[in-house]
Amino acid sequence: MSRIGVFICHCGTNIAGTVNVSEVAEAAKSLPHVVHVEENKYACSDPGQNAIKQAIEEHNLDRIVIGSCSPRMHEETFRKMLSETSVNPYMLEIANIREQCSWVHKEKEVGTEKSIDLVRMSAAKVDRNVPLYSGEIPITKRALVIGGGIAGIQAALDIADAGFPVTLVEKEPSIGGKMVMLDKTFPTMDCSACICAPKMNEAGAHPNIEIMNLSEVEDATGYIGNFSVTIRQKAKYIDYDKCNGCGLCEQKCPSKVVSEFERGLAQRRAVYKPFPQAVPSKPIIDAANCRKINEDRCGVCHKLCGADAINYEDKDELITQEYGAVIIATGYELIDWTKLYGEYGAGAYPDVIDGLTFERLINASGPTEGKIVRPSDGKEPKSCVMIKCVGSRDPHKGKAYCSRACCMYGAKHAHQFLEKIEDGECYVFYMDVRAAGKGYDEFYMNTLEDGAVYVRGRISHIYPEGSQYVCVGEDTLSKKLVTVSADMVVLDTAMVAQESADTIGRLFGVTRNLDGWLTEAHPKLRPVETNTAGVYLAGAAQGPKDIPDSVAQASAAAAKVIGMFCKDSLESNPMICTVNEINCRGCGDCVDVCPYGAISTQSVDRRENSVWVTRTLAFINAGLCQGCGACTASCKASALDLLGFTNEQILQEVDALCL
Amino acid sequence: MDTIDLSASRAKNRQAIEAVAKEARVDLKDCYQCGKCSAGCPVSHAMDLMPRELIRLMQLNSWEEVLEAKTPWLCASCVTCVTRCPQDVDLPSLMEEVRRASKAAGKRPIKEPDIFDDLFIKGIYQNGRSNELYLMMKYNLTSGHPMQDALNAPHLLLKGMVGFKVHKVKDREDVRRIIDKCLGGEGS
Repeated sequence: MSRIGVFICHCGTNIAGTVNVSEVAEAAKSLPHVVHVEENKYACSDPGQNAIKQAIEEHNLDRIVIGSCSPRMHEETFRKMLSETSVNPYMLEIANIREQCSWVHKEKEVGTEKSIDLVRMSAAKVDRNVPLYSGEIPITKRALVIGGGIAGIQAALDIADAGFPVTLVEKEPSIGGKMVMLDKTFPTMDCSACICAPKMNEAGAHPNIEIMNLSEVEDATGYIGNFSVTIRQKAKYIDYDKCNGCGLCEQKCPSKVVSEFERGLAQRRAVYKPFPQAVPSKPIIDAANCRKINEDRCGVCHKLCGADAINYEDKDELITQEYGAVIIATGYELIDWTKLYGEYGAGAYPDVIDGLTFERLINASGPTEGKIVRPSDGKEPKSCVMIKCVGSRDPHKGKAYCSRACCMYGAKHAHQFLEKIEDGECYVFYMDVRAAGKGYDEFYMNTLEDGAVYVRGRISHIYPEGSQYVCVGEDTLSKKLVTVSADMVVLDTAMVAQESADTIGRLFGVTRNLDGWLTEAHPKLRPVETNTAGVYLAGAAQGPKDIPDSVAQASAAAAKVIGMFCKDSLESNPMICTVNEINCRGCGDCVDVCPYGAISTQSVDRRENSVWVTRTLAFINAGLCQGCGACTASCKASALDLLGFTNEQILQEVDALCL
Repeated sequence: MDTIDLSASRAKNRQAIEAVAKEARVDLKDCYQCGKCSAGCPVSHAMDLMPRELIRLMQLNSWEEVLEAKTPWLCASCVTCVTRCPQDVDLPSLMEEVRRASKAAGKRPIKEPDIFDDLFIKGIYQNGRSNELYLMMKYNLTSGHPMQDALNAPHLLLKGMVGFKVHKVKDREDVRRIIDKCLGGEGS
């Protein structure tokens, strides 16, 4: 015979305002097996919890119902409280009489009636609760960081510094991401490469960090603490164990290709390092453009290589490793404006470029050694127009969101243009200037001081006239149409999510929003976690971010991983699925519906009616099961039951409500 | 509506505008177009350009339009705008300099404030102080509406607020020197 205690919380006036708590308590007294009922001003507070604990002792309760807020709010609080008493933490039911009752009803009678129903259901359910005990999950103390931009590097360094091994996977030939392409960084104007390269080198030389360049995550299984990830190491055609990075092959390679790193402003060879400070500081062969691999001619690099490191027969390799935690830092890409903005020339005008290309132009280690020239004729531009929000805040053609960094890098570009070009003219067409950040607005104001003319409005179209480009817009502040004949136009284009984030999101069960950004578990309170335990987000993979924010989030994600790795094992959720082996007929329907891959079918030999038979049965992986209940609904034989929400418990609730 | 060619108008007008702004001790780049000046201005209802717009046009080097605007001539120099301006832009000073530039360019969108201004300074130049009755009479005659506010005169005379006697200060030469220094001899 169970002994149920019922506790009804006022939650100040949150509940008591629309629910007659005394009436609910009175009604609860007559419920079967209820031996004690109590009202509580704030059940979650220390005095409230103490009152419950005292009642448990005094009345020898073995299970309790708390009528209060949503279990999402305080179920954990009350479980923890019960763990300090003789009652098992899972002998608890919460009747949600706040979010689903008092907050949605206006009339007290309706609210009270519904609360009584909810409490009655919970009391019926708790009568069938059984004690549950969580198990332990071992942790593989190795982290995987996907994406070697500044966020990935920072996260990898933080985890590695805490003493745990990290694999840093980068799909490009070098880590460094977008930051290493930039010239200077706002608002302090420190040289981007000068602050990024030391971090890259540190990551490259760190004993706890294994960098896998030219690699992509191919497959992932497992769960928090125990992910098994398969990484495709693409063929580099260079044996990194032998290569000493002398660079002779790169100098002598006859095959020239447009450089992706230089945004098409320069050429690279088929065997190449994307830029001098690349980490790893060794080249790769771009097979698509190598004459030896494609036409079996040339082979100069092999002949010249003193270390005999060139291997034209190299193949892709699949490497599977165990990881305890994963940080996704896949970053962003710039929107392809040439497909969207015919009014800006759709890429047909060579001197209409995007912001990242401009970064390469002004970069001292870029193709022009920092001299600003027009890509078309190599002449110095005297006047420059910068157009903000190209693809951002434009749901018709591009994205509805604000890309956050453009206002500031636009101001930085204007500042740098005016600094480098004597008598230069710079016109910035904007809709709003969003300079929220430490020292950001001051930076923008300084740019105005430099002489940049900010014109409030979008450029409607650009047409070439002679060697110049005429930009037509409206200054909405003075209600005047304005035109500028510019030598160069820089488009501050929107950040968009990396395509690869889709695959990676799917592999790890991390959802993406409509724009493709990976979704955090809670936008305010769990900004680096995802809904998959053990998988975290860092940097622009989650949404447009500038460098300070990316680095901050990367360190936050690393802190979460380190915190987890500092435990010996993880507590498993005991509210998972169980199989009734007598009823299971091994149909495998549950295997198909399980979103976590937690169910498999296994053949089991056993004795039935004195005969040994082989049966196929469902088998639940306790580490993977998240307790969603999809399988129990799909099981035609009712062989599956979700602990904490067994079929019997649910039916008890239904009976309590309907009978 | 006229289109402003930003590069061309910059080449044409920037020097002149910067000289005027410098004279007024105003950095035009300071104004970020919040409109607080316009919203607080007691005479903005009569202006053809809001004070904010006047600065905006100067920022875009649209000088001709500024020279022909009525706004500077309507500014009462009450300094409400400056006391409230978050960027401390001295608009009345700028308005004053624009008026001078406009007059120098042979433009005078409204004649009355200019006539009054000249007569006022002239009166002080002569006597070292202003004599309201004569100022009013001269202004009414010069501006071409002689009977304006004339009905107020008996009342003001009876109360002793204006009078026929011409008051002069002792050191008129000093006052003249000050005016000459400020206006470059314009008052004489």
